[in-house]
Amino acid sequence: MMTKRVKFTFPQELIKEPVIYKLGVDFGIVTNIRRADIRDDMGWVVLELEGEGDVVDEGLEWVISTGVRVDPIAGDIIEG
Amino acid sequence: MPHVKCLQCRECKSEYPIGPLNACEFCFGPLEVSYDYDSVAKSVSRKSIESGPNTMWRYHDFLPVDKESAVDISTGFTPLIHAKNLGRQIGLDHLYIKNDSVNPTFSFKDRPVSVTTTKALEFEFEVLACVSTGNLMGSVAAHGAKAGMETMVFYPADLEQGKILGAAVYGPTMVAVEGTYDQANRFCSELADAHRWAFVNINMRPYYAEGSKTLGYEVAEQLGWKAPDHCVVPGASGELHTKIWKGLEEFEGIGLIDKAKTKMHLAQAEGCAPIVEAFESGNNQVKPVRPKTIAKSLAIGNPAAGPYSLEVLRDTGGTGVFAYENSIIDGIRLLAETEGIFTETAGGVVISSLKRLVKQGKIKKDEVTVAFVTGNGLKTLEAMGDFVAPIETKPDLDIFQTKLSNRKD
Ligand SMILES: Cc1ncc(COP(=O)(O)O)c(C=O)c1O
Ligand SMILES: [Zn+2]
Repeated sequence: MMTKRVKFTFPQELIKEPVIYKLGVDFGIVTNIRRADIRDDMGWVVLELEGEGDVVDEGLEWVISTGVRVDPIAGDIIEG
Repeated sequence: MPHVKCLQCRECKSEYPIGPLNACEFCFGPLEVSYDYDSVAKSVSRKSIESGPNTMWRYHDFLPVDKESAVDISTGFTPLIHAKNLGRQIGLDHLYIKNDSVNPTFSFKDRPVSVTTTKALEFEFEVLACVSTGNLMGSVAAHGAKAGMETMVFYPADLEQGKILGAAVYGPTMVAVEGTYDQANRFCSELADAHRWAFVNINMRPYYAEGSKTLGYEVAEQLGWKAPDHCVVPGASGELHTKIWKGLEEFEGIGLIDKAKTKMHLAQAEGCAPIVEAFESGNNQVKPVRPKTIAKSLAIGNPAAGPYSLEVLRDTGGTGVFAYENSIIDGIRLLAETEGIFTETAGGVVISSLKRLVKQGKIKKDEVTVAFVTGNGLKTLEAMGDFVAPIETKPDLDIFQTKLSNRKD
């Protein structure tokens, strides 16, 4: 089992896409939303993903390919 | 650390015992150190602080570590300079420069890193690590050396030589990560899960952030125990901006200063201004951007403390302002030519943004204003471009005199 904590940031045109649903159905990933804020023009969701083997990484690669930004929860400071 | 209570989630307020932990188990929100301020108030006074060391450790009662064990390379209590020449040029009578570029590794990062390194020893870590684009890694490498810890610094492979050397000299393991800052950062957050290392800006972040409060304390003390009317603070993650304000609020809260009515302005570079853009659009969400700025030390496209920095802007009546890319070097040169202080690009952003705030009427002539200069110019020489045009002469008096008078015409 592998778990990852991530933040998805959705641009306006992707807010209505069922990205999280597809992670469950297409990749068999268990998603657990902890916090979210969705507006008209953008939105973010903080969630935990859990899955067998490499599916979490594969799922995240697919999410990134849709145009959703994925950031890790642990290290969201990029330093000067 | 007699006054520390626990770690507390900024979002859902869940509490955790003090430990190397940075995200809430429930909501994954950031954790912050929580203090017993009644206890702080009983042990400090203006006098007790004034009789402390001439370093940031004079404020140890407000920090989450014991001063006896502090890993200190003599950081802090840096000069607050009445910048009369610069003030005259831009129309301010009471402009001050907080010159934090004179810290031991030439940036304000020594403040947070001093606290973190001390805490890492307390937690019995053997390895101190960070991911950085420059200033942070120099500071981590120096403090790791002083503490006798094994030190690992990770940086994007295309970094400037000055910053690489400025860290390497202290003897850490240097790790050049292929790819962008973003990719290095992602990689390090995986490493932080896999190794028991004290990553100063990942699992140690709650302690790291506290160190920057001392900039707020110092400014208030140096102004004669008063908060200024305005602060102009450079922003990348937004952490520094929120912590300077937290410092002023804490001083007010325990009665060391009167009510702080400071307007906390945030300065970013045009090519990477996600917090300022959110401020201007009236949106309280920060949209991540892809940085494209010469102010590399401020090039954080997805600022972790962005929402809290927006809160500070709104709570204090501050303004989010950006410096045009082509004005950043002008800002550096203006500060150098008027006050004799050579700052890096982050300081150029501050000076250029300060000018804009005055022009926009946001800062008035007679108001006490502090501009934060947080890094040294020798670190970003590449950014200065080719502006040096010396008089070229033979060692001959006549030739020189001719060339000199030609130059003056
Ligand atoms: C010189 C300098 N000033 C200001 C900052 C901004 O700090 P923060 O990320 O806390 O906003 C940084 C670092 O990122 C820096 O290197
Ligand atoms: Zn929480």
